[in-house]
Amino acid sequence: MPVNPDLVERAFPSAAPYLVGREKVREFARAVFATAPLHHDPEAARAAGFADVVAPPTFPIVIAEATLQRLLAEPDAGIDFSRVVHGDQRFTYSRPIVAGDELTATLRVTSIKTLGGNSMVTSESSMVDARGEHVVTSVSTLVIRGEDA
Amino acid sequence: MNGLEVGQVVAERAFPISRDSLVRYAGASGDFNAIHYRDDVAAAVGLPGVLAHGMLTMGLAVQPVVDWLGSAGWVSDYQVRFTRPVVVDPQHGATVTVTATVGALDDAGARIDLTAVCDDQTVLGKAHVRVTPLA
Repeated sequence: MPVNPDLVERAFPSAAPYLVGREKVREFARAVFATAPLHHDPEAARAAGFADVVAPPTFPIVIAEATLQRLLAEPDAGIDFSRVVHGDQRFTYSRPIVAGDELTATLRVTSIKTLGGNSMVTSESSMVDARGEHVVTSVSTLVIRGEDA
Repeated sequence: MNGLEVGQVVAERAFPISRDSLVRYAGASGDFNAIHYRDDVAAAVGLPGVLAHGMLTMGLAVQPVVDWLGSAGWVSDYQVRFTRPVVVDPQHGATVTVTATVGALDDAGARIDLTAVCDDQTVLGKAHVRVTPLA
């Protein structure tokens, strides 16, 4: 089943704000080999001017992943998860994420292209804090490999 | 960030990845795609083996830059293209070697370019890190 082209411009808001926990930041940091004290030690983070431990640069993918699951779960999406590989990824920040942040993400599919049996789905997740101020935008392209690819 | 020159290597590090690393990353990130931990599923969809999450490779590749920066600056923009998958052998794992080079300098900070290599092949393309000095 091909990816449904009608997904473009459909928006998927996150169910509820995502509360960034200190232990989640530490867990994610361990998983990406991030050993800098800023990610683990609140005192080191405060000394550098942050309220709490700082999330590693790719942390927003955790929040984007949750909105992405909503997209993949759309009954008419036509996306087979086991055939999905990541094509490219970008994070553009207004400020670093710290533990205690409450982030709300809205995912929007910006384009769907077909090339040689593969489909490429590009989406953008914009994340704002509890005051509604922009924190980070995550842009991802997923490649859904065709049956004969 | 004073005294930097374009072309200068600021950091280099090798990351050994095991199946263990993949399970840990799946749990931490919430990406439970079975191609990252099941050989049978990877084979069934025509992959050469179990692959590291692209986001694991992206996540670790920026760490040498973060360590080099310390509290002098922060990563304000980071992008990569996933050009080649990292196949993680069940016994021997895989090693990704990252080199961080100054790509461009301007008033707002610097662009650091990353190369990430596994088995003599580049696995990330267009891997750019924008670093901004901390006020």
